[in-house]
Amino acid sequence: MRDKLLGVLLAVAGLLVVSVPLLAHHSAATFDTTKEITLKGTVTGWAWTNPHTFLKFDAKDDTGTVRNWAGESANPIAMTQRGWSRTSFKAGDEITVTLQPARNGEPVGLLLKVVLPNGQTLVTTPPGVPQPAR
Amino acid sequence: MPKRIIDSIVTLMAVLTFSAVTLAQNQKWNSPGLAAGGGQGRPSAAGPAPRRNLSGIWDAAGAGVSGPGHVGAPFTPWGEQMAKSYKPGNGPRMVTLADIEDPLSTRGDPAGFPRLVLFELRPFQIVQTPNQMLMLYMFEKRWRIIWTDGRDLPKDPDPRWYGYSVGKWEDDYTFVVQTVGMDERTWLDNAGNPHSADLRVEERYRRVANNTLELTVTINDPKAYTKPWLGRDRLPLRLMPPDTDLMEMIPSATEAAEYKRIIATPSKPNK
Repeated sequence: MRDKLLGVLLAVAGLLVVSVPLLAHHSAATFDTTKEITLKGTVTGWAWTNPHTFLKFDAKDDTGTVRNWAGESANPIAMTQRGWSRTSFKAGDEITVTLQPARNGEPVGLLLKVVLPNGQTLVTTPPGVPQPAR
Repeated sequence: MPKRIIDSIVTLMAVLTFSAVTLAQNQKWNSPGLAAGGGQGRPSAAGPAPRRNLSGIWDAAGAGVSGPGHVGAPFTPWGEQMAKSYKPGNGPRMVTLADIEDPLSTRGDPAGFPRLVLFELRPFQIVQTPNQMLMLYMFEKRWRIIWTDGRDLPKDPDPRWYGYSVGKWEDDYTFVVQTVGMDERTWLDNAGNPHSADLRVEERYRRVANNTLELTVTINDPKAYTKPWLGRDRLPLRLMPPDTDLMEMIPSATEAAEYKRIIATPSKPNK
């Protein structure tokens, strides 16, 4: 009985650290991973696709003009494990997005966090696990 | 048999049947098979390895993804020439996002074998039939047939994206697969390591416990590498609950083109 319980505990512990890395087929070098910017904006699109999901939204940034941003994130399997879904967003949703921007200044970035209209926060890192080194 | 015992058996069977039906109805359609993270999966039983049995759904978790690729044996001159001609998204010869030219992630070509087990090795299911071992992969939703009827490998097979495989039990717990005839257009992994048509791949699946397999993959390609090397070295694979949904993870050409248009090309570094 004790061995069985230990086996179950070890299996559960093992499963808790199965955080699958977000970026696989390419590195994050194109993005400035030392920088995080936060933008308030409106959803224009949400693609639940492989190997990347991506969020499109209009937002005003420090250039002063509204630009249409594209935020890249991981494949649907990894995102499902982090609580995102195909129906997480619809066009018109007012959101707050935190991302790591492209080095070239274009409105493109790696999604880190999105706060939904209902106040719920979605993150791209599993809760309790440190952000994977990129 | 006394009536009360029959009554008890009937009641027990009714309860078990009802429980099974109720559990199936309540099962999440896309159960990831994890005990944590919201799935209804349960950790699989520990215990001793069954003999000559690889059946089940197996998962390498994060260690199966291998984004940066693998470091193999030194290249031959031919191997080096091929490696330099590729434009991978990761590894020592990686290019920027906008310049990636990866047959899999840019053009939607099949990953091929052995890239299917050296990159994005996600959950996969093994099914044993009397004359085959079938492997059904979540990534790309591909399947492989490994012949176990004792046949020899073909001498001059037509190239196939996924090669041609035969396998046999080396002992009661170790299943060994040989594969030849792999199409030269595929990369070995995500770092753009090349291979020739002469490549032979050996996989060893060792069942070390009921809920654990270890996978070792040997790359043997004298045209491209100066000696054989291990693409996987006893990679642990965990047995998943039998109701795990293998989902669908297909890098389609259409989605690759959209990604290039929306993210990759706009992110190109300024000159």
